[in-house]
Amino acid sequence: MLTSLTRELLQSLRTALEALGAYALFGARLVVELPRALLRFGLIVEQMHNAGALSLVIIMLSGLFVGMVLGLQGFDLLERFGSEESLGTAAALGLLKELGPVITALLFAGRAGTALASELGLMRATDQLAAMEMMAVDPVRRVVMPRFLGGVLSMPLLAAIFSMIGIFGAQLVGVQLMGVDSGQFWSQMRSAVEFGDVMEGVVKSCVFGVACSLIAVYEGYHSVPTAEGVGRATTRTVVISSVVVLLLDYMLTAVML
Amino acid sequence: MRQTRAIELGTGLFVLLGFSALFFLVTQITNREFGLGDGGYQLLAAFEQVGGLKAGAPVSMSGVTIGHVEGIEYDFDEYKARVTMRIDNRFDRIPDDSDAGIFTAGLLGGQYIGIGPGGSETFLAEGDQMQFTQSAIVLENLISKFLFSKAAEQQADPPAEESTP
Repeated sequence: MLTSLTRELLQSLRTALEALGAYALFGARLVVELPRALLRFGLIVEQMHNAGALSLVIIMLSGLFVGMVLGLQGFDLLERFGSEESLGTAAALGLLKELGPVITALLFAGRAGTALASELGLMRATDQLAAMEMMAVDPVRRVVMPRFLGGVLSMPLLAAIFSMIGIFGAQLVGVQLMGVDSGQFWSQMRSAVEFGDVMEGVVKSCVFGVACSLIAVYEGYHSVPTAEGVGRATTRTVVISSVVVLLLDYMLTAVML
Repeated sequence: MRQTRAIELGTGLFVLLGFSALFFLVTQITNREFGLGDGGYQLLAAFEQVGGLKAGAPVSMSGVTIGHVEGIEYDFDEYKARVTMRIDNRFDRIPDDSDAGIFTAGLLGGQYIGIGPGGSETFLAEGDQMQFTQSAIVLENLISKFLFSKAAEQQADPPAEESTP
């Protein structure tokens, strides 16, 4: 009984280590392909359109509502201390450093990551990737790399747009609805927020972009070539991306704070 | 061909929007001034103590915001803090004997400069220095002054109490 349990535990530990190793090898392969892939600019633009431009609506809508909720909750909280003028600072720092990068990454995993994984999975299931290899076209170079880079390049831009819209959402509720003084809102925000705070968000969103894109292309590329396998790859993409993003967020915050 | 053009256009717009958002965050949300040609004229004031005043803080007259603090430097000629303010052009009739003080908005609020108008007939113009300034109140100084005065009172009292019995 006990031995079988230990054996199972060891087995699952081994599977996890194997998966980590496979991810690292796949990532290393992408890094090796990087210089050559950057030359195929047209392909990257196409994938930035898929991952970035088409995610704009959901990012902007979510940013607006997150900002508005932040304005409402922040006002309610700060009013108790009689310092509702600090609402701008609270909203801006919260959005720039945490909510912007993290929520954008989660939405990105749901919107663009799943699309990448299912697309690659279906290519695998319908033997398109095998056909490419047959024609001496490296599918990693031709198919995976542009998708990965498109995601990596889109993510920081999406996070910046999210934060900007969020701050306007907070301003909308705080200043227009709740009557916080507009000048105090902006000037306190400006005097409290440093250049480094903006950069912290940019660094975070870059890291999240790499993580989410890598997970999506890996899961899609290595999916089991069946209908069920594609579905499972898509699910795994979202689950792994979300957990990894939150884990990385804690680590990055601890390092940069 | 037409489709790829549309894709490129969409991506271009997305990238433009992304970078303008970044630019907005860096220039408008932080206290970095990139001098995007904001109008108004500059006034100088020397303070003994600026406390927590920061660039970007409002300058107000009777509670109306008329400009903002542009920069704070240390002036080794006068051994004081030199504050440069940018005042909106609409408020061009500030008497040249007005005084500037540093106040705090609310208990936890940020600090701002309040200008009290004087009675002179001539007005401040670009680059003028304000004559009368009132430093920021540093809470620690206030508390220590209060404590020291209390201590002095107590030191003065005991002999008087001992002499009575």
